Amino acid sequence: MSKSIQLHFELPGNDLALAGEASSKVKKTLNQLGLKPAVVKKTAVAMYEAEINAIIHAGGGTLAATIDQEKVVVVVRDQGPGIADLELAMQEGYSTAPEKIREMGFGAGMGLPNMKRHADLLEIESAVGQGTVVTIIVYL
Amino acid sequence: MKKYFHSVTLDEEKCRGCTNCIKKCPTEAIRVRKSKARIIEERCIDCGECLRVCPYHAKKAITDDFAKLNAYKYKIALPAPSFYGQFKTDYSRSDILAALLQIGFDEVYEVARGAEIVTEATKKLFQREKLKKPVISSACPAVVRLIQVRFPSLIDNLLKLESPMEVAAAISRKKAAETQNLADSDIGVFFISPCAAKVTSVKAPYGKVKSHVDGVLSMQDVYLKVVAVLEKGMGAETLEQAGYAGIRWASSGGEGLALGTEQFLAVDGIQNVLTILEEIENGQLEDVEFVEALACYGGCLGGPLTVQNAFVAKTRLKKHIDKAKNKDIAITIPRHDELMWTLDIEHRPVMKLDDDLDKAMKKLEALEEIYEKLPGLDCGSCGAPSCRALAEDIVREIANETDCIFLLREKVRALAMEMMELEAKMPPVLDKGQTNGKGENRARREGNDGG
Repeated sequence: MSKSIQLHFELPGNDLALAGEASSKVKKTLNQLGLKPAVVKKTAVAMYEAEINAIIHAGGGTLAATIDQEKVVVVVRDQGPGIADLELAMQEGYSTAPEKIREMGFGAGMGLPNMKRHADLLEIESAVGQGTVVTIIVYL
Repeated sequence: MKKYFHSVTLDEEKCRGCTNCIKKCPTEAIRVRKSKARIIEERCIDCGECLRVCPYHAKKAITDDFAKLNAYKYKIALPAPSFYGQFKTDYSRSDILAALLQIGFDEVYEVARGAEIVTEATKKLFQREKLKKPVISSACPAVVRLIQVRFPSLIDNLLKLESPMEVAAAISRKKAAETQNLADSDIGVFFISPCAAKVTSVKAPYGKVKSHVDGVLSMQDVYLKVVAVLEKGMGAETLEQAGYAGIRWASSGGEGLALGTEQFLAVDGIQNVLTILEEIENGQLEDVEFVEALACYGGCLGGPLTVQNAFVAKTRLKKHIDKAKNKDIAITIPRHDELMWTLDIEHRPVMKLDDDLDKAMKKLEALEEIYEKLPGLDCGSCGAPSCRALAEDIVREIANETDCIFLLREKVRALAMEMMELEAKMPPVLDKGQTNGKGENRARREGNDGG
């Protein structure tokens, strides 16, 4: 059984002051493990997006990262409103963000497509009213 | 690993081993050992934060001695744009340049001029090639080094063009060889620098094999000599070559403004730069075309080797900029491939715990375990900048758990308790309190009665 590293973070809802902190810590860990810059970058972009989504749109959640010899897996879980039409949400520019959030520079509708572009594997499970689980995999 | 040169060093006698510098270092490159601040060489990016914060002025930048000029037949001065901001506005740019000729140089070439050439080359590069956005300026060597050690994924975003200093050096050197009929080794090109990082970029260049600059002089050293002759009055010779756009590079935002793109972002101060680089790494600034990032607050005017503080210098520089605005200066650009870096710059993974991933994971686990035990006060008494840095040092085997004064105190306390306990124990033959075989203790019984 080869080793793996597990990291776990609570994501506080609507607290923008803490937004990005979990991603930043995971990134630091990836660099300490000496992973390739390209792997760090891909993980960073997808993970940050998922983290911000959970904080802004879903009232917070958790972020868990697992690193083993082959891959980085980041799972962001929330109990937010869920995504009604996943296919629509994956389209660039589609957004349900309120004006207030857009004014802050978020919610331009690039989140999910951007995540997909950077992750080697992206899985989104969502149920309206129950929440969303985003799984991001980047291979080393 | 090849020994890595850098400019910032410690004056052992002045250092008292306080913790001011370790706290400020953006790459956690300093540890206090035996009452002296030790710089972990390969981590230092020469940003100069420690020079600024040290209350005992124990940190210094190695620069070249003015006497080095004597080694060359023909000496060329390259004043950084920030140099003009150091003097009273009574003196024109020509006065300052003429003063350089009086203190021992044969020629001056304004780095501001080199900056204008770099700007034009950057514009061309933007038109001609598909660059990774945002493009990050490579003008500040401390920022380039910071990216090398902490943001390796952003290396591809760096503008792979020579710095204004290098461009100025290459052009003036070539011209001197032609017009003065000199061998290259007879020409000495000296940069007048606001910072330590530029010294390093000459002695240990990146993106190229060898610098065109022969020596780097501290702006403070040159200032004193120039002021002495300025006060005697200057001739009317016009030596100004650079336009306002080049001079403006001395301030934060100058390089970006010169490019004429609306989508540029200028950030200064190393902590702010860290924030912006994080955002770029997270893919948040892809709508920005160009990022100008400077390690010093206020840009090069805030450099640790300047004389005036950045605010005063900025006001003074503005006079020179306004004056230069009236002049139209034609720029001749060398072919742009001549300005391109000839070497790729490498990632320097100094944060990596181990080359082997499995071992790195084990060390990381150990690090987390140790970190849990530490008090989390980040007091710096162990000589490391934070509890986390100490935990990291312990797994790297350059520190011990007992370096933490709180853990040490706990251990001493546990030991003292154990000693007290042992002290209370008596061999049965000597224990007068022991009365019968049931092991009842008279002393305790008496104590209970009394209570």
